[in-house]
Amino acid sequence: MTHIAPRDEADRQRRAASYQKLVQRYKPRPPIGRNMLMAFVVGGGLCLLGQIFFNIFLGMALTPREAAAPTLAVMIFLGALATGFGIYDELAEIGGAGAAIPISGFSNTVTAAAMEFKREGFILGMGAKMFVIAGPVLVYGIITGFTVALIRVFLLGM
Amino acid sequence: MSYLIAFFVGGAICALGQLVLELTGWTPAQLLVILTIIGGVLGGLGLYQPFLEFAGAGALIPVSGFGSSVALGAISEAKRIGFMGLFTGTFEIVGLGLTAAVIFGFLMALVFNPKE
Amino acid sequence: MGKKQGDQTYLFESPPVLIGARAVVGPREAAGPLGQYFDLPIDDPLFGEKTAEKAERRFLIEACNATLEGVGIKNEDVDFFLAGDLLNQIISASFTAREIRLPFLGLYGACSTVAEASALAGFLIDGGFANNVLVGVSSHYQTAERQFRYPIELNLKHKLSSQYTVTGAGAFLYAKKGAGPQLEAATVGKVVDYQITDPNDMGAAMAPAAADTILQHLEDTGRDPDYYDLILTGDLGEVGMQLNAALLEQYGVTLGSRYQDCGAMIYGGNPAHGAGGSGCACAAVTVAGYVLKEMEKGKLNRVLVVATGALHSPLTWQQGESIPGIAHAIVLERQGYS
Repeated sequence: MTHIAPRDEADRQRRAASYQKLVQRYKPRPPIGRNMLMAFVVGGGLCLLGQIFFNIFLGMALTPREAAAPTLAVMIFLGALATGFGIYDELAEIGGAGAAIPISGFSNTVTAAAMEFKREGFILGMGAKMFVIAGPVLVYGIITGFTVALIRVFLLGM
Repeated sequence: MSYLIAFFVGGAICALGQLVLELTGWTPAQLLVILTIIGGVLGGLGLYQPFLEFAGAGALIPVSGFGSSVALGAISEAKRIGFMGLFTGTFEIVGLGLTAAVIFGFLMALVFNPKE
Repeated sequence: MGKKQGDQTYLFESPPVLIGARAVVGPREAAGPLGQYFDLPIDDPLFGEKTAEKAERRFLIEACNATLEGVGIKNEDVDFFLAGDLLNQIISASFTAREIRLPFLGLYGACSTVAEASALAGFLIDGGFANNVLVGVSSHYQTAERQFRYPIELNLKHKLSSQYTVTGAGAFLYAKKGAGPQLEAATVGKVVDYQITDPNDMGAAMAPAAADTILQHLEDTGRDPDYYDLILTGDLGEVGMQLNAALLEQYGVTLGSRYQDCGAMIYGGNPAHGAGGSGCACAAVTVAGYVLKEMEKGKLNRVLVVATGALHSPLTWQQGESIPGIAHAIVLERQGYS
């Protein structure tokens, strides 16, 4: 009888390659169209909710730029609140990227981490790990913004 | 009308994001970083503001809006006060959102515990 | 080497007896199709504790104490406590050992630990080093999520192939003599890595190890799959289970309907749980609950349990390494059957 465990490195690579094909055959196919539709509905719904607040703030005689800030703040608050009640992760189970991409999803990553790591204390737990998920967005957002501003204002003089 | 546009534009960004996740096997964190960078670059090129004016919350709420806001803040402060503006300006617009996320996150964590 | 059969299998000369076992599970598992088989269902996944880590430990302590009380054996009559779990520094096992105060050997075989510990218990008893050995393993959905994945409340859509960690603990008391099923043989597995890198597809990462160990066991013992009433893998889930069967087919071994998987059974194919259960407790509570009670009723006589483990860490995954798998097999047989 032959063994499944590889004999040497070349044998290992050959078997791993043929196994990958087997895995592709048995791996369940995600319903991509349906997942995209749900992301569309959930993400669109959150943006629609944002537009409601945006219009309310515009109605208070704010400029669009002034109205953007409180709109984001409200969406961030709602994202945090829904996370506290344990709803936001279920919304994401339905909507996938539709719950992750809106700013309420950013708020969810901060709140979820804060709740999760509270048990390791307020400083070393919650304080240190609040941005464990949101951190990359901040880091690369700042690097990108800094760089494009540097290029545009100081190199191109626009 | 503004509601419909916000719904369709925001929804389209999210649906495209979902498609990328399904096809590439990226983690959501990778997708969000890429979207932020795209938003930042478009903001720097001056293309995100017309998009914002057209789509309203549909362009503001997705995380790409966060990226563009960092760029716009840095650009306007750099124009106003010079080189130091690159450093002070990045948080000019998004500072509110960040502070809100920290404060609300902190408050929620005081009150709630994770549930399965 | 009288007891060694073939390359990796050991047939016990005077087979140790599994004289007692208890399965303690959380609400998610108690609500599943195996719910009626579990000895102690607990409604609160936190078991009244403040943290999930303390809760997991509570599950394990409860399982160990209930097992010892069930057979009426005093702590001082137990020679070894072999235990393990998934957490860093196997804290659930060692902190449980601190409570129950037994000579302790901590083990890490990821989700295969229950079979690893049972095999070692057999070696110790059949080798004449012990009369009574207590085996205990635990896992917890919340502790595993935070160690291997993300905060519980994070916006994350689970993949169809991802698995849910079983909340619970299983304890087993092996003895030199007594009433109960015998530990007839054990096959110690090798680490097998077929270059699967997706942590959302652990079943695929572990299936080659399971197939390797099963094949080795059959080869070493000269048995056919139909020698057993049930061949039970640990936590391959629905995807890994099909892969394991397909791999074995390639070598001319057909497992057929006698093949089942604890991970695929425990949540009964509920799509909310992806491809099924996983975790140290997955195989442990299924064996302590379902298998032993069916053996007691005489519905199962010979069972091959192949517990499977994925030996990666979040660190190795982030550094781009593939996920190595392992599987150990034990044979449980009703006394006087053969």
